[in-house]
Amino acid sequence: MSGRNERGSPYAPHTAAETDAMLSAVGVEGVGDLFDIPEQVAFDGEFGIESRSEREAERHVAGLLARNDDLTEFLGRGHYEHYVPSLVDHISARSEFLTSYTQYQPEITQGFLQALFEYQSMLVELTGLEIVNASMYDHATALAEAALLAARVRQTSGDRVLVPEYLLDARRDVLENYTDGAGLSVETYATDDGNVDPDALAETIDDDAVLVYAENPTALGTVEENLDAVGRLADNHDALFCLGSDPVALSVLQEPESVGADVVVGDAAALGLPTAYGMGLGLFACRDDFVRQVPGRLVGASEDDADRRAYTLTLQTREQHIRRERATSNICTNQAWVALRTAIHAAYLGPGGLVDLANDCVTLAADLADRLDAVKGVQAPVHDRHHFREFVAHTDQPAVAIAEDLEAEGFAVHAVGEHHVQVCITDANEHAADALVAAFEEVA
Amino acid sequence: MNYDQARWTHDANGESTADQYEPLLSEKNTEEVAVDSPLPDDLTRDSLELPDLSEPELARHYTRLSQMNYGIDSGPYPLGSCTMKYNPKFTEDVAALADAAVHPDRSDRSVQGTLALLDGLQDYLARIGGMDAVSLQPPAGAAGEYTGILVAKAFHEQNGEGEQRDEIIVPDSAHGTNFASAALAGYDVVELPSGDDGRVDLEALEAAASDRTALFMLTNPNTLGLFERDIGEIAGIVHDAGGLLYYDGANLNALLGQARPGDMGFDIMHYNVHKTFATPHGGGGPGAGPVGVTERLAEFLPAPRVRERDGGKEFELFDPENTVGKVHGFEGNWLVLVKTYAYIARLGDEGLRDASAKAVLNANYLASQIDYDIPFGPFHHEFVASAGDQDAADVAKRMLDYGVHPPTTKWPEIVPEALMTEPTEIEGKETLDQLADAFNSVASEDDETLESAPNRTTARRIDQTSAARNLRLSWHALEEEE
Repeated sequence: MSGRNERGSPYAPHTAAETDAMLSAVGVEGVGDLFDIPEQVAFDGEFGIESRSEREAERHVAGLLARNDDLTEFLGRGHYEHYVPSLVDHISARSEFLTSYTQYQPEITQGFLQALFEYQSMLVELTGLEIVNASMYDHATALAEAALLAARVRQTSGDRVLVPEYLLDARRDVLENYTDGAGLSVETYATDDGNVDPDALAETIDDDAVLVYAENPTALGTVEENLDAVGRLADNHDALFCLGSDPVALSVLQEPESVGADVVVGDAAALGLPTAYGMGLGLFACRDDFVRQVPGRLVGASEDDADRRAYTLTLQTREQHIRRERATSNICTNQAWVALRTAIHAAYLGPGGLVDLANDCVTLAADLADRLDAVKGVQAPVHDRHHFREFVAHTDQPAVAIAEDLEAEGFAVHAVGEHHVQVCITDANEHAADALVAAFEEVA
Repeated sequence: MNYDQARWTHDANGESTADQYEPLLSEKNTEEVAVDSPLPDDLTRDSLELPDLSEPELARHYTRLSQMNYGIDSGPYPLGSCTMKYNPKFTEDVAALADAAVHPDRSDRSVQGTLALLDGLQDYLARIGGMDAVSLQPPAGAAGEYTGILVAKAFHEQNGEGEQRDEIIVPDSAHGTNFASAALAGYDVVELPSGDDGRVDLEALEAAASDRTALFMLTNPNTLGLFERDIGEIAGIVHDAGGLLYYDGANLNALLGQARPGDMGFDIMHYNVHKTFATPHGGGGPGAGPVGVTERLAEFLPAPRVRERDGGKEFELFDPENTVGKVHGFEGNWLVLVKTYAYIARLGDEGLRDASAKAVLNANYLASQIDYDIPFGPFHHEFVASAGDQDAADVAKRMLDYGVHPPTTKWPEIVPEALMTEPTEIEGKETLDQLADAFNSVASEDDETLESAPNRTTARRIDQTSAARNLRLSWHALEEEE
């Protein structure tokens, strides 16, 4: 071998001469001598994976992805797209941010710590709750952590987690998977016309309930009108009230704290990430009574030896690397870089821009529902509620057939029931609303 | 090499704020806007108060913050167990392709590219780990552990031993997540003391393994960088007791092309793609923690997975027959998985094998050049030195002044004042010599020098006690304080 490592890793800089010098410093003849692996478990085969130049690898991956159809998506149900300003991409790609590790050495990572502190602060403002952690994986896992938190902080026993009928199946599945070990049982309470039904909740709730969950907006796109009642019922039974939402919706909808929410979860990547096949950012906020039971990382302010304000990870004794099996969660690697992006996007919009964007989500959904309602064979919206970003529409034709036919016209919508489709509209796809309505006229 | 990290400062001069580095967004300009909405007033908030800055102001704010941060592109980052590799730039480009930006609820037929890539990645990872089936859904290593435990639980339940097998055995030197994941799943954690040689003590394992054992979780090479040479016997003990063997993939970068967990008798493993396959750590995440299993456990993996149809011409999602269900609301951290695929497709067999070879060479070369005692060996991709009479945390702070990120400190506890060091394959001899100089300079310095460090980073030593005792977790809390 001559020169740099042409047949090896392109990211290992060793020349043959350097490798030789290093081997002799260690006192072995070849790298193989450094592996202390018994022969019976040593691997002498090939993976059969081709090595490629950067150009070949890039073309290979681009070629695979090019097999995705170019559809205009009117999809939501937990994963939302808003236009992401270019600033977010450029700043978050700065390698001092992107290629750094968790801030275990805060003196050299003040920049990321401050950005996370600012993320926490902006979400404190949006939720009205005092504590926001530096991220969970996604909405579903954050909800699961909320239920576990509720079980930990509850003084008396109880094992019921009450969730509304509109909870997405996937979120429920994750919630059950994460809370089964703690002995919690997830039970559904009824909804009425796309909102929680306080009477139904009142009938099912008892002192065994540790957590009551609701969403605003709901997975059906409806705006909740009965959250005060949910908060009161939870309070009456010493259960925590957990509300699911996102930072765009929180910019105009009732402040969770004002309706009695103890915990807010959601997908904060509605700001900051483009459509990413469901990759998200788990928002987790709670009242300050629970700060020592919070899962995940917390960034706090302190002082340094120069008497300046400085930031650091704090209350790490809650975390797995110190508390091990008594930790508040097993989470280690989280979604910090997405939180950075969300913070930049929120700061870019500012309070006025956030309110405008949220208001657009209300008017765009209402307008599109009106226009689809005028299409023969479609009634929209199904729920007599206010909507945010998305709504359910009734179709006389089977919903699956409608969705397939729309796909042939270049559009993606959700088929959510036999005769129900769900349609999501934001600033990212509103330019195609006319075309979508025209396509509905063709296929409905 | 000389080093001073950027340090923007903003002194109070009688203003209401404290002396600080870059002021907070909220201290630059904040606006409170009244919320005027098409929704009824009783369904909306009254007002919203947040920072309000122009794009140029924000660009400068965040650029300054980035200058006061340190990444793998800034300098060496030999954090043991964290595998801080160079993150190839082209992988960012492919993840940012418009074709990659699809919604998870799209029909299978309209996202054949996404499914082809995921199918290809399942296949790559299975080959690399010697496993038969892979789920890409877990969004991080700890989530992978938890998923693996759910799979083991489902297996034992199917055999009618779900209730009986209520223990998970974890070596004392294991990652904290192993203990936490086992407890989260409702298991009793049985901690296994290491033997005198730093490896699994077979007699202790014999004594611990029983008909209550659901799983034994092991990292190989272990946290000390030592290969568990008795892995055949270990697998025998665990399997004879009816338990399953779990491979924590944190240290897989030592073994690519040299040994595979599947060949060692492991039944379940997770891959830390942000370690082994060079996706960026992003200041703490996102990562991804795909889980591989042997054939008999494939039916329990999370839903959905991807498979070929029509002889590989098309791909579809499917739910494994006895799936444990979902561990993420959608399909995990897609953008990270794209970067993982691109990295593996770039390196291939030769590159991956060489990465591990150079990672092990680098750890051994660096170890040969430093003055601190290294009590355990032969090690592979990482070694654990002892700071001896010095405080390892102070050693780390002082190393920052030499323009290098320090190793992981004070863990594993089996080595007093541990300096757990993993240079990875990306450093050449010259950088390793600089690193060794930093270690050796600090080794010769007195406690006073160490305790007053760091001096060349943005912030000086930060008061952890004050942070925890006087909690200020948002700018609202700072304002209340004033």
